[in-house]
Amino acid sequence: MISDQKEHILQALKKGIRYDGRKLLDYRDVKVETGFVHGAEGSAKVTIGDTEIIAGVKIAIEKPYPDTPDKGNLMVNAELRPMSNPEFESGPPGEKAIELARVVDRGIRESKAIDQEKLCIEKGEKVWSVMIDIVPLNASGNLLDAGALASLAALKNTVFPKLTEDGAINYDEKTKDKLPLQKEPIEITVLKIGDYFIVDPLPEEEELLDARLTAAITADNKICAVQKGGSEPLSIEEIDTMVGIAQDKAKELRKLIR
Amino acid sequence: MAETLKIKNKEIVVPGETLAEGMGFLPSRGTYRDEKTIKAQKMGMISIDGKVIKLIPLTGAYVPKVGDKIIAKIIDIMMSGWRVDTRSAYSAVLGLKDATSDYIAKGADLTQYFGLGDYILTQITNVTSQRLIDVTMRGPGLRKLRGGRIITINSHKVPRVIGKEGSMVTMIKQATECNILVGQNGRIWINGEPDKEVLAEETIKKIEEEAHTEGLTDNIKKFLEKKTGKKIAVKGETQ
Repeated sequence: MISDQKEHILQALKKGIRYDGRKLLDYRDVKVETGFVHGAEGSAKVTIGDTEIIAGVKIAIEKPYPDTPDKGNLMVNAELRPMSNPEFESGPPGEKAIELARVVDRGIRESKAIDQEKLCIEKGEKVWSVMIDIVPLNASGNLLDAGALASLAALKNTVFPKLTEDGAINYDEKTKDKLPLQKEPIEITVLKIGDYFIVDPLPEEEELLDARLTAAITADNKICAVQKGGSEPLSIEEIDTMVGIAQDKAKELRKLIR
Repeated sequence: MAETLKIKNKEIVVPGETLAEGMGFLPSRGTYRDEKTIKAQKMGMISIDGKVIKLIPLTGAYVPKVGDKIIAKIIDIMMSGWRVDTRSAYSAVLGLKDATSDYIAKGADLTQYFGLGDYILTQITNVTSQRLIDVTMRGPGLRKLRGGRIITINSHKVPRVIGKEGSMVTMIKQATECNILVGQNGRIWINGEPDKEVLAEETIKKIEEEAHTEGLTDNIKKFLEKKTGKKIAVKGETQ
Protein backbone atom coordinates (compact mmCIF):
# COMPACT_ATOMS: atom_id res chain seq x y z
CA MET A 1 0.00 0.00 0.00
CA ILE A 2 2.78 2.39 0.89
CA SER A 3 4.21 2.07 -2.63
CA ASP A 4 0.74 2.28 -4.20
CA GLN A 5 0.02 5.41 -2.25
CA LYS A 6 3.35 6.92 -3.14
CA GLU A 7 2.73 6.26 -6.81
CA HIS A 8 -0.66 7.93 -6.45
CA ILE A 9 0.77 11.01 -4.75
CA LEU A 10 3.55 11.21 -7.35
CA GLN A 11 0.98 11.13 -10.16
CA ALA A 12 -0.75 14.08 -8.54
CA LEU A 13 2.52 15.98 -7.99
CA LYS A 14 3.29 15.47 -11.70
CA LYS A 15 0.17 17.55 -12.40
CA GLY A 16 1.26 20.08 -9.80
CA ILE A 17 -1.38 19.24 -7.24
CA ARG A 18 -0.77 18.27 -3.64
CA TYR A 19 -2.76 15.91 -1.44
CA ASP A 20 -4.99 18.74 -0.23
CA GLY A 21 -5.22 20.59 -3.56
CA ARG A 22 -2.40 23.07 -2.93
CA LYS A 23 0.39 23.83 -5.37
CA LEU A 24 3.79 22.29 -4.71
CA LEU A 25 5.39 25.33 -3.13
CA ASP A 26 2.33 26.76 -1.38
CA TYR A 27 2.14 27.12 2.35
CA ARG A 28 -1.11 26.58 4.22
CA ASP A 29 -2.56 29.59 6.05
CA VAL A 30 -0.17 30.70 8.76
CA LYS A 31 -1.27 32.59 11.84
CA VAL A 32 0.93 33.86 14.66
CA GLU A 33 -0.49 34.94 18.03
CA THR A 34 1.81 36.19 20.77
CA GLY A 35 1.45 36.49 24.55
CA PHE A 36 -0.47 33.27 24.69
CA VAL A 37 0.65 31.85 28.05
CA HIS A 38 0.39 34.10 31.10
CA GLY A 39 2.81 32.14 33.28
CA ALA A 40 5.64 32.47 30.76
CA GLU A 41 7.88 35.47 30.12
CA GLY A 42 7.14 35.16 26.42
CA SER A 43 4.95 32.91 24.35
CA ALA A 44 3.40 32.43 20.95
CA LYS A 45 0.98 30.16 19.20
CA VAL A 46 1.48 29.37 15.55
CA THR A 47 -1.24 27.84 13.40
CA ILE A 48 -0.34 26.37 10.02
CA GLY A 49 -3.41 24.76 8.50
CA ASP A 50 -4.52 22.20 11.06
CA THR A 51 -1.19 22.23 12.86
CA GLU A 52 -1.18 24.22 16.09
CA ILE A 53 1.90 24.68 18.21
CA ILE A 54 2.73 26.71 21.32
CA ALA A 55 6.17 27.93 22.32
CA GLY A 56 6.83 29.40 25.74
CA VAL A 57 9.94 31.17 27.03
CA LYS A 58 10.95 31.00 30.68
CA ILE A 59 13.80 33.03 32.13
CA ALA A 60 15.78 32.20 35.25
CA ILE A 61 19.08 33.12 36.88
CA GLU A 62 21.52 30.23 36.83
CA LYS A 63 25.20 29.41 36.95
CA PRO A 64 26.78 29.52 33.45
CA TYR A 65 28.29 26.45 31.83
CA PRO A 66 32.03 26.12 32.67
CA ASP A 67 33.08 26.54 28.99
CA THR A 68 31.04 29.72 28.50
CA PRO A 69 31.36 31.60 31.81
CA ASP A 70 30.37 34.96 30.28
CA LYS A 71 27.39 33.77 28.23
CA GLY A 72 23.77 33.18 29.12
CA ASN A 73 22.31 29.70 28.81
CA LEU A 74 19.90 28.63 26.10
CA MET A 75 17.80 25.50 26.32
CA VAL A 76 15.16 24.23 23.94
CA ASN A 77 12.83 21.41 24.83
CA ALA A 78 10.01 19.90 22.80
CA GLU A 79 7.28 17.57 23.93
CA LEU A 80 5.04 15.67 21.56
CA ARG A 81 2.04 14.75 23.65
CA PRO A 82 -0.34 11.98 22.59
CA MET A 83 -3.16 14.52 22.71
CA SER A 84 -1.80 16.24 19.61
CA ASN A 85 -1.54 13.12 17.46
CA PRO A 86 -2.54 9.53 18.25
CA GLU A 87 0.79 8.33 16.91
CA PHE A 88 2.73 10.06 19.68
CA GLU A 89 3.28 8.17 22.89
CA SER A 90 3.70 9.50 26.39
CA GLY A 91 6.93 8.91 28.21
CA PRO A 92 10.46 10.13 27.54
CA PRO A 93 10.89 12.21 24.36
CA GLY A 94 11.30 10.16 21.20
CA GLU A 95 13.38 10.72 18.10
CA LYS A 96 10.95 13.22 16.59
CA ALA A 97 10.71 15.36 19.73
CA ILE A 98 14.48 15.42 20.17
CA GLU A 99 15.01 16.36 16.53
CA LEU A 100 12.43 19.16 16.77
CA ALA A 101 14.09 20.59 19.88
CA ARG A 102 17.59 20.31 18.47
CA VAL A 103 16.81 21.79 15.07
CA VAL A 104 15.06 24.78 16.64
CA ASP A 105 17.92 25.14 19.15
CA ARG A 106 20.52 25.05 16.37
CA GLY A 107 18.72 27.72 14.35
CA ILE A 108 18.61 30.11 17.30
CA ARG A 109 22.08 29.29 18.61
CA GLU A 110 24.04 29.28 15.36
CA SER A 111 22.41 32.42 13.98
CA LYS A 112 23.38 34.08 17.28
CA ALA A 113 19.79 35.22 17.54
CA ILE A 114 20.20 36.06 21.21
CA ASP A 115 23.18 38.14 22.26
CA GLN A 116 24.15 35.67 24.93
CA GLU A 117 26.95 37.84 26.29
CA LYS A 118 24.41 40.45 27.29
CA LEU A 119 22.71 37.83 29.44
CA CYS A 120 25.75 37.63 31.73
CA ILE A 121 25.16 39.14 35.15
CA GLU A 122 28.32 38.06 36.97
CA LYS A 123 31.00 36.21 35.02
CA GLY A 124 31.23 32.56 35.99
CA GLU A 125 28.61 32.95 38.70
CA LYS A 126 25.29 34.30 37.53
CA VAL A 127 23.75 34.50 34.06
CA TRP A 128 20.25 34.67 32.64
CA SER A 129 19.07 31.34 31.36
CA VAL A 130 16.56 31.26 28.52
CA MET A 131 14.41 28.13 28.27
CA ILE A 132 12.10 27.53 25.33
CA ASP A 133 9.41 24.88 25.52
CA ILE A 134 7.64 23.74 22.38
CA VAL A 135 4.36 21.87 22.63
CA PRO A 136 2.15 21.03 19.65
CA LEU A 137 -1.58 21.15 20.38
CA ASN A 138 -2.42 19.48 17.10
CA ALA A 139 0.29 17.86 15.03
CA SER A 140 -0.78 17.83 11.41
CA GLY A 141 2.55 18.05 9.64
CA ASN A 142 5.41 20.53 9.39
CA LEU A 143 6.22 20.72 13.11
CA LEU A 144 9.79 21.86 12.42
CA ASP A 145 8.84 25.08 10.63
CA ALA A 146 5.93 25.75 12.98
CA GLY A 147 8.03 25.10 16.08
CA ALA A 148 10.84 27.37 14.91
CA LEU A 149 8.42 30.16 13.97
CA ALA A 150 6.61 29.87 17.32
CA SER A 151 9.93 29.94 19.20
CA LEU A 152 11.09 33.05 17.38
CA ALA A 153 7.78 34.82 17.93
CA ALA A 154 7.91 33.84 21.61
CA LEU A 155 11.47 35.15 21.97
CA LYS A 156 10.41 38.46 20.41
CA ASN A 157 7.52 38.58 22.88
CA THR A 158 9.72 37.91 25.92
CA VAL A 159 10.26 40.49 28.67
CA PHE A 160 12.48 40.15 31.73
CA PRO A 161 10.80 39.69 35.12
CA LYS A 162 11.47 42.19 37.92
CA LEU A 163 14.25 41.59 40.39
CA THR A 164 13.74 42.06 44.14
CA GLU A 165 16.27 44.04 46.22
CA ASP A 166 18.22 40.95 47.23
CA GLY A 167 18.56 39.88 43.59
CA ALA A 168 15.88 37.19 43.45
CA ILE A 169 13.34 37.08 40.64
CA ASN A 170 9.79 38.21 41.16
CA TYR A 171 7.91 36.46 38.36
CA ASP A 172 4.67 38.24 39.21
CA GLU A 173 5.95 41.56 37.94
CA LYS A 174 7.36 42.15 34.53
CA THR A 175 9.71 44.84 33.30
CA LYS A 176 9.64 46.35 29.84
CA ASP A 177 13.09 45.04 28.97
CA LYS A 178 13.10 42.80 25.93
CA LEU A 179 15.53 39.98 25.28
CA PRO A 180 18.66 41.17 23.43
CA LEU A 181 17.75 39.77 20.00
CA GLN A 182 20.08 40.50 17.12
CA LYS A 183 19.04 37.99 14.44
CA GLU A 184 15.75 36.46 13.48
CA PRO A 185 16.21 32.97 12.05
CA ILE A 186 13.28 31.41 10.22
CA GLU A 187 13.35 27.72 9.46
CA ILE A 188 11.91 26.26 6.30
CA THR A 189 11.73 22.57 5.52
CA VAL A 190 11.78 21.48 1.90
CA LEU A 191 10.78 17.90 1.10
CA LYS A 192 11.82 15.81 -1.83
CA ILE A 193 9.33 13.18 -2.99
CA GLY A 194 10.32 11.48 -6.21
CA ASP A 195 11.66 14.31 -8.40
CA TYR A 196 9.49 16.95 -6.79
CA PHE A 197 10.16 19.52 -4.10
CA ILE A 198 7.41 20.60 -1.74
CA VAL A 199 7.11 22.78 1.36
CA ASP A 200 4.79 22.67 4.38
CA PRO A 201 4.09 18.92 4.23
CA LEU A 202 0.98 17.13 5.47
CA PRO A 203 1.46 14.03 7.64
CA GLU A 204 0.64 11.85 4.61
CA GLU A 205 3.44 13.48 2.65
CA GLU A 206 5.90 13.30 5.55
CA GLU A 207 5.37 9.55 5.63
CA LEU A 208 6.36 9.20 1.97
CA LEU A 209 9.29 11.60 1.79
CA ASP A 210 12.56 10.57 0.18
CA ALA A 211 14.60 13.35 1.74
CA ARG A 212 14.08 16.61 3.54
CA LEU A 213 16.23 19.60 4.25
CA THR A 214 15.55 22.19 6.94
CA ALA A 215 17.41 25.47 6.62
CA ALA A 216 17.48 28.29 9.17
CA ILE A 217 17.61 31.62 7.35
CA THR A 218 18.23 35.08 8.81
CA ALA A 219 16.74 38.38 7.65
CA ASP A 220 19.77 39.10 5.43
CA ASN A 221 19.14 35.78 3.66
CA LYS A 222 22.07 33.96 5.28
CA ILE A 223 21.86 30.27 6.03
CA CYS A 224 22.96 29.56 9.58
CA ALA A 225 21.91 25.96 10.15
CA VAL A 226 20.69 22.97 8.19
CA GLN A 227 19.27 19.59 9.00
CA LYS A 228 18.93 16.73 6.54
CA GLY A 229 16.40 13.97 7.04
CA GLY A 230 15.00 11.02 5.12
CA SER A 231 16.70 7.96 3.71
CA GLU A 232 17.64 9.14 0.21
CA PRO A 233 20.78 11.14 -0.58
CA LEU A 234 20.72 14.64 -2.09
CA SER A 235 22.98 15.96 -4.84
CA ILE A 236 24.67 19.35 -4.58
CA GLU A 237 22.33 20.80 -7.24
CA GLU A 238 19.32 19.53 -5.33
CA ILE A 239 20.53 21.12 -2.11
CA ASP A 240 21.03 24.38 -4.01
CA THR A 241 17.47 24.29 -5.30
CA MET A 242 16.04 23.37 -1.90
CA VAL A 243 17.92 26.11 -0.10
CA GLY A 244 16.75 28.58 -2.77
CA ILE A 245 13.13 27.56 -2.14
CA ALA A 246 13.69 27.90 1.61
CA GLN A 247 15.07 31.42 1.18
CA ASP A 248 12.04 32.49 -0.84
CA LYS A 249 9.60 30.98 1.65
CA ALA A 250 11.44 32.48 4.64
CA LYS A 251 10.76 35.93 3.20
CA GLU A 252 7.05 35.16 3.10
CA LEU A 253 6.95 33.90 6.69
CA ARG A 254 9.04 36.81 7.95
CA LYS A 255 6.22 39.22 7.13
CA LEU A 256 4.08 37.46 9.76
CA ILE A 257 6.27 38.07 12.79
CA ARG A 258 6.61 41.83 12.58
CA MET B 1 -50.11 1.52 34.74
CA ALA B 2 -50.87 3.48 31.63
CA GLU B 3 -48.67 3.20 28.61
CA THR B 4 -47.29 6.64 28.00
CA LEU B 5 -44.63 7.97 25.69
CA LYS B 6 -42.41 10.55 27.30
CA ILE B 7 -40.85 11.78 24.08
CA LYS B 8 -41.85 12.63 20.54
CA ASN B 9 -40.63 10.96 17.38
CA LYS B 10 -37.26 12.33 16.12
CA GLU B 11 -36.53 13.93 19.48
CA ILE B 12 -32.89 14.04 20.67
CA VAL B 13 -32.34 12.29 23.98
CA VAL B 14 -29.45 11.79 26.40
CA PRO B 15 -28.35 8.51 28.06
CA GLY B 16 -30.67 7.44 30.89
CA GLU B 17 -33.56 9.57 29.74
CA THR B 18 -36.94 7.87 30.20
CA LEU B 19 -38.52 7.27 26.82
CA ALA B 20 -41.73 5.47 27.77
CA GLU B 21 -43.53 4.08 30.78
CA GLY B 22 -45.55 0.88 31.00
CA MET B 23 -45.17 -2.41 29.20
CA GLY B 24 -46.86 -1.36 25.99
CA PHE B 25 -43.65 -0.42 24.16
CA LEU B 26 -40.71 -2.50 23.08
CA PRO B 27 -37.09 -1.43 23.48
CA SER B 28 -34.99 -1.83 20.33
CA ARG B 29 -31.42 -0.87 19.36
CA GLY B 30 -29.91 1.75 21.65
CA THR B 31 -32.59 1.55 24.33
CA TYR B 32 -33.18 -0.72 27.32
CA ARG B 33 -35.91 -1.69 29.76
CA ASP B 34 -35.46 -0.60 33.33
CA GLU B 35 -38.29 -2.27 35.31
CA LYS B 36 -41.39 -0.67 33.83
CA THR B 37 -39.74 2.09 31.84
CA ILE B 38 -37.72 2.24 28.64
CA LYS B 39 -34.57 4.32 28.79
CA ALA B 40 -31.99 5.58 26.31
CA GLN B 41 -28.55 3.96 26.23
CA LYS B 42 -26.83 6.62 24.17
CA MET B 43 -27.21 10.16 22.97
CA GLY B 44 -29.20 10.16 19.78
CA MET B 45 -32.41 10.61 17.91
CA ILE B 46 -35.53 8.58 18.71
CA SER B 47 -37.36 6.74 16.00
CA ILE B 48 -40.75 5.27 16.95
CA ASP B 49 -42.15 2.55 14.74
CA GLY B 50 -45.51 1.39 16.07
CA LYS B 51 -44.75 -0.02 19.48
CA VAL B 52 -41.00 -0.30 18.91
CA ILE B 53 -38.68 2.45 20.13
CA LYS B 54 -35.33 2.68 18.40
CA LEU B 55 -32.47 5.10 19.03
CA ILE B 56 -30.24 6.32 16.22
CA PRO B 57 -26.93 7.35 17.80
CA LEU B 58 -25.51 10.73 16.74
CA THR B 59 -21.94 10.00 17.70
CA GLY B 60 -19.61 7.32 19.01
CA ALA B 61 -17.31 4.66 17.61
CA TYR B 62 -18.26 2.21 14.90
CA VAL B 63 -19.97 -0.94 16.18
CA PRO B 64 -19.41 -3.95 13.90
CA LYS B 65 -22.50 -5.62 12.47
CA VAL B 66 -22.80 -8.82 10.44
CA GLY B 67 -23.18 -8.06 6.75
CA ASP B 68 -21.53 -4.63 6.86
CA LYS B 69 -19.11 -3.87 4.07
CA ILE B 70 -16.21 -2.04 5.68
CA ILE B 71 -12.82 -0.72 4.65
CA ALA B 72 -10.27 -2.44 6.86
CA LYS B 73 -6.54 -2.03 7.24
CA ILE B 74 -4.11 -4.95 7.54
CA ILE B 75 -2.33 -4.66 10.89
CA ASP B 76 -0.83 -8.12 11.33
CA ILE B 77 0.02 -11.19 9.28
CA MET B 78 -0.61 -14.40 11.17
CA MET B 79 0.04 -18.09 10.56
CA SER B 80 -3.09 -18.62 8.54
CA GLY B 81 -4.59 -15.25 7.85
CA TRP B 82 -4.51 -11.56 8.53
CA ARG B 83 -5.59 -9.37 11.40
CA VAL B 84 -7.34 -6.22 10.23
CA ASP B 85 -8.26 -2.97 11.92
CA THR B 86 -11.97 -2.25 11.60
CA ARG B 87 -11.90 1.24 13.14
CA SER B 88 -13.97 -0.11 16.02
CA ALA B 89 -12.71 -1.18 19.44
CA TYR B 90 -12.14 -4.68 18.10
CA SER B 91 -9.94 -5.99 15.31
CA ALA B 92 -11.11 -8.69 12.93
CA VAL B 93 -9.56 -11.81 11.46
CA LEU B 94 -9.45 -12.57 7.75
CA GLY B 95 -8.79 -16.27 7.36
CA LEU B 96 -6.87 -17.72 4.38
CA LYS B 97 -9.95 -19.53 3.12
CA ASP B 98 -11.92 -16.32 3.10
CA ALA B 99 -9.15 -14.35 1.41
CA THR B 100 -8.48 -16.22 -1.80
CA SER B 101 -9.40 -19.35 -3.69
CA ASP B 102 -5.75 -19.95 -4.67
CA TYR B 103 -3.93 -22.97 -3.31
CA ILE B 104 -1.47 -21.68 -0.72
CA ALA B 105 1.41 -23.93 0.30
CA LYS B 106 2.36 -24.19 3.94
CA GLY B 107 4.64 -21.38 5.01
CA ALA B 108 4.02 -19.35 1.84
CA ASP B 109 4.58 -15.61 1.88
CA LEU B 110 1.17 -14.14 2.64
CA THR B 111 2.21 -10.59 1.78
CA GLN B 112 1.76 -11.40 -1.93
CA TYR B 113 -1.96 -11.16 -1.21
CA PHE B 114 -2.15 -8.49 1.47
CA GLY B 115 0.76 -6.67 3.09
CA LEU B 116 0.94 -4.60 6.24
CA GLY B 117 -0.85 -1.29 5.84
CA ASP B 118 -2.95 -2.39 2.86
CA TYR B 119 -6.56 -1.29 2.80
CA ILE B 120 -9.22 -3.79 1.75
CA LEU B 121 -12.94 -3.60 1.12
CA THR B 122 -14.29 -6.52 3.09
CA GLN B 123 -17.50 -7.85 4.56
CA ILE B 124 -18.24 -8.91 8.13
CA THR B 125 -19.46 -12.51 8.28
CA ASN B 126 -19.62 -13.10 11.99
CA VAL B 127 -19.53 -11.13 15.22
CA THR B 128 -19.55 -13.17 18.42
CA SER B 129 -20.91 -11.93 21.72
CA GLN B 130 -17.27 -11.51 22.78
CA ARG B 131 -16.81 -9.23 19.76
CA LEU B 132 -14.53 -11.58 17.86
CA ILE B 133 -15.05 -10.55 14.26
CA ASP B 134 -14.61 -12.58 11.09
CA VAL B 135 -14.40 -10.95 7.69
CA THR B 136 -14.34 -12.32 4.16
CA MET B 137 -13.16 -11.28 0.72
CA ARG B 138 -15.67 -13.59 -0.98
CA GLY B 139 -18.43 -11.43 -2.39
CA PRO B 140 -19.08 -9.04 -5.25
CA GLY B 141 -16.75 -6.06 -5.31
CA LEU B 142 -14.68 -7.07 -2.28
CA ARG B 143 -11.02 -6.40 -3.05
CA LYS B 144 -7.77 -4.78 -2.13
CA LEU B 145 -7.80 -1.01 -2.67
CA ARG B 146 -4.89 0.19 -4.77
CA GLY B 147 -3.90 3.85 -5.03
CA GLY B 148 -6.35 6.58 -4.19
CA ARG B 149 -6.81 8.01 -0.77
CA ILE B 150 -8.57 6.93 2.40
CA ILE B 151 -10.47 9.50 4.41
CA THR B 152 -12.35 8.89 7.62
CA ILE B 153 -15.64 10.28 8.85
CA ASN B 154 -17.93 9.56 11.78
CA SER B 155 -19.46 6.17 10.98
CA HIS B 156 -22.89 7.38 12.06
CA LYS B 157 -22.88 9.88 9.20
CA VAL B 158 -22.25 7.20 6.59
CA PRO B 159 -25.98 6.84 5.69
CA ARG B 160 -26.06 10.55 4.82
CA VAL B 161 -22.99 10.28 2.62
CA ILE B 162 -24.57 7.35 0.77
CA GLY B 163 -27.99 9.01 0.59
CA LYS B 164 -31.33 7.42 -0.27
CA GLU B 165 -30.57 4.42 -2.47
CA GLY B 166 -27.09 5.75 -3.02
CA SER B 167 -28.28 9.06 -4.49
CA MET B 168 -25.74 11.23 -2.65
CA VAL B 169 -22.64 9.21 -3.41
CA THR B 170 -23.76 8.74 -7.03
CA MET B 171 -24.07 12.49 -7.34
CA ILE B 172 -20.53 13.00 -6.01
CA LYS B 173 -19.22 10.30 -8.34
CA GLN B 174 -20.92 12.00 -11.32
CA ALA B 175 -19.68 15.45 -10.44
CA THR B 176 -16.10 14.49 -9.62
CA GLU B 177 -15.62 11.49 -11.94
CA CYS B 178 -13.94 9.71 -9.05
CA ASN B 179 -14.26 6.12 -7.92
CA ILE B 180 -15.70 6.22 -4.42
CA LEU B 181 -16.23 3.34 -2.01
CA VAL B 182 -17.91 4.01 1.31
CA GLY B 183 -17.30 1.55 4.15
CA GLN B 184 -19.89 1.30 6.91
CA ASN B 185 -17.09 1.90 9.40
CA GLY B 186 -16.60 5.47 8.19
CA ARG B 187 -13.59 4.91 5.98
CA ILE B 188 -14.03 6.17 2.44
CA TRP B 189 -11.78 5.39 -0.49
CA ILE B 190 -11.53 7.96 -3.28
CA ASN B 191 -9.61 7.48 -6.48
CA GLY B 192 -9.58 9.87 -9.42
CA GLU B 193 -7.91 12.95 -10.86
CA PRO B 194 -5.92 14.78 -8.15
CA ASP B 195 -7.99 17.99 -8.10
CA LYS B 196 -11.27 16.07 -8.33
CA GLU B 197 -10.22 13.88 -5.42
CA VAL B 198 -9.73 17.00 -3.32
CA LEU B 199 -13.20 18.20 -4.30
CA ALA B 200 -14.76 14.83 -3.45
CA GLU B 201 -13.06 14.87 -0.05
CA GLU B 202 -14.22 18.43 0.58
CA THR B 203 -17.80 17.50 -0.37
CA ILE B 204 -17.86 14.48 1.92
CA LYS B 205 -16.51 16.53 4.84
CA LYS B 206 -19.24 19.08 4.14
CA ILE B 207 -21.89 16.36 4.24
CA GLU B 208 -20.47 15.08 7.52
CA GLU B 209 -20.62 18.56 9.00
CA GLU B 210 -24.11 19.37 7.75
CA ALA B 211 -25.53 15.85 8.14
CA HIS B 212 -28.36 16.97 10.42
CA THR B 213 -29.59 19.86 8.24
CA GLU B 214 -32.70 19.87 6.06
CA GLY B 215 -32.41 19.82 2.28
CA LEU B 216 -28.89 18.44 2.39
CA THR B 217 -28.99 16.85 -1.05
CA ASP B 218 -30.04 20.17 -2.59
CA ASN B 219 -27.29 22.07 -0.80
CA ILE B 220 -24.65 19.58 -1.84
CA LYS B 221 -25.94 19.65 -5.42
CA LYS B 222 -25.64 23.44 -5.49
CA PHE B 223 -22.20 23.23 -3.92
CA LEU B 224 -20.97 20.73 -6.50
CA GLU B 225 -22.52 22.66 -9.41
CA LYS B 226 -20.79 25.82 -8.24
CA LYS B 227 -17.45 24.05 -7.86
CA THR B 228 -17.53 22.10 -11.11
CA GLY B 229 -19.50 24.62 -13.17
CA LYS B 230 -21.76 22.00 -14.70
CA LYS B 231 -25.34 20.86 -14.21
CA ILE B 232 -25.88 17.75 -12.15
CA ALA B 233 -28.86 15.49 -12.61
CA VAL B 234 -30.01 13.95 -9.35
CA LYS B 235 -31.76 10.64 -9.49
CA GLY B 236 -34.42 9.89 -6.90
CA GLU B 237 -36.13 12.50 -4.84
CA THR B 238 -34.57 15.22 -2.73
CA GLN B 239 -35.16 15.12 0.95
